[in-house]
Amino acid sequence: MTETAVAPKDTADLAQGEKVQYVNELTTLNLGPTHPATHGIFQNVLTMDGEKIVAGEQTVGYIHRAFEKIAERRPFYQITTLTDRMNYCSSPINNMGWHMTVEKLLSIEVPKRAQYIRVIMMELARIADHIVCNGILGVDTGAFTGFLYLYEKREDIYEIYEEVCGARLTTNMGRVGGMERDLSTTAIRKINDFLKTFPPVLKEFEKLFNRNRIFMDRTIGVGGISAERAMSYGFTGPNLRAAGVDYDVRVMSPYSSYEDFEFDIPVGQHGDTYDRYMVRNEEMWQSLRIIEQAMKNLPEGPYYADAPEFYLPPKKEVYRSMEALIYHFKIVMGEIEAPVGEVYHAVEGGNGELGFYLLSDGGRTPYRLHFRRPCFIYYQAYPEMCVGSTISDAIVTMSSLNVIAGELDA
Amino acid sequence: MLTNQSVAEEIIRKFGDDVFDFEEPFGMLTFSTTREQIIPMLDYLKAHPQFQVNFLTDIMAIHYPDRVGQEFCVVYHTHSFIHNFRIRIKVFLAEADVHIPTATGLFASANWMERETYDFFGILFDGHPNLKRILNMDEMDYFPMRKEYPLEDPTREDKIDALFGR
Repeated sequence: MTETAVAPKDTADLAQGEKVQYVNELTTLNLGPTHPATHGIFQNVLTMDGEKIVAGEQTVGYIHRAFEKIAERRPFYQITTLTDRMNYCSSPINNMGWHMTVEKLLSIEVPKRAQYIRVIMMELARIADHIVCNGILGVDTGAFTGFLYLYEKREDIYEIYEEVCGARLTTNMGRVGGMERDLSTTAIRKINDFLKTFPPVLKEFEKLFNRNRIFMDRTIGVGGISAERAMSYGFTGPNLRAAGVDYDVRVMSPYSSYEDFEFDIPVGQHGDTYDRYMVRNEEMWQSLRIIEQAMKNLPEGPYYADAPEFYLPPKKEVYRSMEALIYHFKIVMGEIEAPVGEVYHAVEGGNGELGFYLLSDGGRTPYRLHFRRPCFIYYQAYPEMCVGSTISDAIVTMSSLNVIAGELDA
Repeated sequence: MLTNQSVAEEIIRKFGDDVFDFEEPFGMLTFSTTREQIIPMLDYLKAHPQFQVNFLTDIMAIHYPDRVGQEFCVVYHTHSFIHNFRIRIKVFLAEADVHIPTATGLFASANWMERETYDFFGILFDGHPNLKRILNMDEMDYFPMRKEYPLEDPTREDKIDALFGR
């Protein structure tokens, strides 16, 4: 972190055009690009009046990887690996969101069992995402213990991912048309174990933080945003709900059988850091509820749709039947053409509405694909949220916004 | 409950010939308008006592190099939280004149969405407070998402489109 003194040339353009008398000489502070408290690579150039932030500007794009351009040359199944590198804290949600977008374009109806498995995996991913966000928020306020306790359970979730798809972080889970394999008995046992062992840990975590005087002093009234401003800034997900707007894609436009489950949408009041923390905590409880219901009512039947042109045939079949071999080749070589159409599909990601706008001109690859990344859209509100506060408050605010660099920069 | 039909009729009544190409791909009301009408349109939809289209979901652009006079398309996805109703609005622009008014006066979120669109396609949003590159580096002198910039090295001969996709 470097600190350089600058003489303010014109004080009028700072702090929204009002003539302000600053107490001290203004200094510029570079928070980032590599700073432990930014949890990712992005820079904030803050203008400080003593300890107070009077203006801020973000620089993003440090890990921009041109996913939208790359996607224009890849067959649909190869784009899945791009999506899980966006919000890498909850990759399965990105993967499923992409599969569902393609399925919508191709009008594939996915069997109930696959939809339920997807819901289970997406909710586990949401819990993993919120564990990271709330755990790190604790670390940023000076409490490491909660983070450590919860991270053990995040490891359990990653073991479930391994059981379902073989990977941990960049999962590439599922296929267009369903899941790549059924839930194994080990996976079912691990999910059931998680459902039993996670609630006591989460309860303990809440006991550490919810009524902790230090934590409350650090977070209540810090980095607040009104519902109106949050809407204007395009907030979605837990951050918008903390401001008091009960918008949740899972309820507003249900996908993957979310309408079958009973769950509540926690809503905050003030939109400050403490509310965001509380909303995320409550969402973990609701996710547990959803997983419990899904596991209890897990339907029997196939775990993939009958879409031979897009779903890889089972390996056994490929060795035996000519037809399966042909489809296997055609899919792997990306020789299947998609119908013409434009489709927007949104899922509730860890941070809000994760949208995929897919434009197909009838070719093998998308003509244009755009990701609506919730992080990218709400992070622009950050200067407004921390003007007037101190550096330590600004760091807590950023932590509670859960800005994931991969999603921010695409 | 709003239906595509009723909303479209109301919009046509208000804007007349300035709205055209009505479609509903996968159920989302989609239409085109002119760049002179896009801001009044967003304003009208936002302030409309019944529609209350109060959320700007996304702004992005598409490049159609083969459509003469309509090379660029700026797409606005809007959403009414009250009625859970989505509208997609398109504005076509000619390559020679890629100016379009900014929506930052209506939605604060338009700021970065427009910067991103400028960054990748070079669409100029008139009146934008800070129209500069956002994800790419400032020294870049081209707009990478335009179709004339191929992802593969065009001089390669071992990878032809006929065999390996686009």
